[in-house]
Amino acid sequence: MIALSGKPKASELVRPIGRTPRQLFWRSLRRNRTAMVGLYVLALLYASALFAGFLAPYSYENAVTERSFHPPMLTAIRLLDEQGRLSRPFVYGTTQTDPQLATYQVDKSRMYPIRYFVRGDSYHILWIVKSNIHLFGVDAPARIFLLGADKFGQDELSRILYGGQISLSIGIVGIIISTIIGLLVGGAAGYFGGAVDFISMRSVEVLLALPGIYFILILRQLFGSGLSSTQMYIIIVIILAFIGWATEARVIRGMVLSLKENDYVVAARALGFTHWRIIIRHILPNTLSFVIVTATLSVPFYILGEVALSFLGVGIQEPEASWGNMLTAAQNARILRDFPWMLIPGVFIFVAVMAWNFLGDGLRDAADPRTLS
Amino acid sequence: MRTFLIRRLLAAIPLIIVVSFITKALLVMSPGNYLDNLRLNPTISRDYLAAMERLYHLDSNNIFERYWYWLWPALQGDFGYSFTKTMPVWTLIGERVLNTLLLTGSAMAFSWTLAIPLGTLAAVYRNRWPDKLIGLLSFFGLSIPSVFFSLLMVLFAAKTGLFPPGGIHNQALWTSMTAWEKLTDTLWHLALPMIVLGTLGMAQYVRQMRSEMIETLSQDYIRTARAKGLSQVRVVCKHALGNAINPLVTLFGLSLATLLSGALLTEFVFGWPGLGTLIFDALSAKDEPLVMASVVMLVLMLVVGSLIADLLLAAIDPRIRVE
Repeated sequence: MIALSGKPKASELVRPIGRTPRQLFWRSLRRNRTAMVGLYVLALLYASALFAGFLAPYSYENAVTERSFHPPMLTAIRLLDEQGRLSRPFVYGTTQTDPQLATYQVDKSRMYPIRYFVRGDSYHILWIVKSNIHLFGVDAPARIFLLGADKFGQDELSRILYGGQISLSIGIVGIIISTIIGLLVGGAAGYFGGAVDFISMRSVEVLLALPGIYFILILRQLFGSGLSSTQMYIIIVIILAFIGWATEARVIRGMVLSLKENDYVVAARALGFTHWRIIIRHILPNTLSFVIVTATLSVPFYILGEVALSFLGVGIQEPEASWGNMLTAAQNARILRDFPWMLIPGVFIFVAVMAWNFLGDGLRDAADPRTLS
Repeated sequence: MRTFLIRRLLAAIPLIIVVSFITKALLVMSPGNYLDNLRLNPTISRDYLAAMERLYHLDSNNIFERYWYWLWPALQGDFGYSFTKTMPVWTLIGERVLNTLLLTGSAMAFSWTLAIPLGTLAAVYRNRWPDKLIGLLSFFGLSIPSVFFSLLMVLFAAKTGLFPPGGIHNQALWTSMTAWEKLTDTLWHLALPMIVLGTLGMAQYVRQMRSEMIETLSQDYIRTARAKGLSQVRVVCKHALGNAINPLVTLFGLSLATLLSGALLTEFVFGWPGLGTLIFDALSAKDEPLVMASVVMLVLMLVVGSLIADLLLAAIDPRIRVE
């Protein structure tokens, strides 16, 4: 923790009787304000990605070229009409004045009230629920661009919500895969020793010595181009997990080396259990708290890995949205200067990474026996 | 000392061989090669393409054979010509390496000059507001994606015009500049990418520095120094700082790989002509000789960098001898 919680109070130092380590862990985590903020922010982000179809006014590929680089309308929502009377929230219609410079003029004669639960583009939630009802929207021909529009006149907010599905889930999927690899390789290396240990630890060293992004790019070459977005997603996860397991495996190996000397392991062996059963059922569960902490702290690696690949143009491709490939559109000083809202996906990446770091730090403090008094 | 240097450099050989072999293997296994683009061009004769294919053994898909055809001349110092630029690869890499070294070196200097005082300050004012502020700052630095931060800086440069939004020097006026103008112009272009790349490192060092300093300040000899009536500044700067810095030098060696990773994205956004963008372009074009030589260069930079870290540690910590 970065010293955001002060000194422990005297009451906290008295060890309560009859609490399990797990209860203590949760208690300690709940008292950590920054960690809980991180948890709530993540819950919000992941929920919004899950319900992206419903929350987003448009689909991620719904484009209107004559609305190219439309400025954000978040501050243009009005409650008072021309006569100063209070009405339901509405926006004024806009017309494009110069397609080259993407300038727009507000047309005060046309008012478009914001409607709720409107019908629009159809979408799926978790491949199961199919619907076309959106939380909010405006009547055609107007469009609502709360966070502005991109070059193709696609709604940034909708694309950010859909992009979150990819960018945020890659973190979770990637960490699950690499944790499993890390546990198995680290467990085997520590338990068996010898050649298994030597080979796996040398590979770990090579992986850790290399600058990750170059290795990722070289691995990416292996899969060529012209892939569907689902294939691309799987490839990104595989590539990132292929590199990510190394750190985990090394520490797990160290823990297993000491854990395997315990009496209960000797007992399990005396009972004639197989090696893998001993590793998976008897040894690895003891590394659980460590595994959870490292996994949480490594999620940003996967999120940033996807962002980097997609940003460089070798990850998720248009028209599919991801936070990384949305930033590619901002890769130009002139566009940045005239349409700074193209940077908003970066804010979401920043917030997500920060929230994971907050949560990971909190978990580490909560799992640390020295602070668990 | 000399045996230490020789041993460390010899230890780099297996690493270079493994890394270059993996790179070559992945290049060979990946679909397509450099000639595919040329084949689409009807003005290029079939004979020329066939000759190219034979010359570079692109017709063989045997990883070991292809690796050998690269390794054998490379051992004799011949790394070949770049496919795309038709120049010896080292001519291309040489200049780019200097640019990358300039960027990463200055970023490193930036993060150190900020991290040491900030980390010390946080430790001295532990759990009070300077500590909390610095903690939050380092959290920002750790969490901000380098792509986003770079783009923010480009936005800043484009809006205010105080800094150039990209490139390494003013292309139009470069040839007519005096040496002094060239230097200031390069530094002016360097400022923003350096800040972006340096902030990430700074965040790590600040946290490390703070915990080392807290550890050091609780030692007995610090109490002795205080008991002698020395001022706080003197205790911290003279007695504690030297000891707290040592572990940071170790971290320096370990963070080189991260630094070079971050350099690629920063170079990409700022259009900085460094090794990172060179490798990226070479990979996209499947320029095999260029990729191979750049990867070897990258590993060499890492090895030499961690060697420097070790020598530095030995120089400032009298308990450590290089033998």
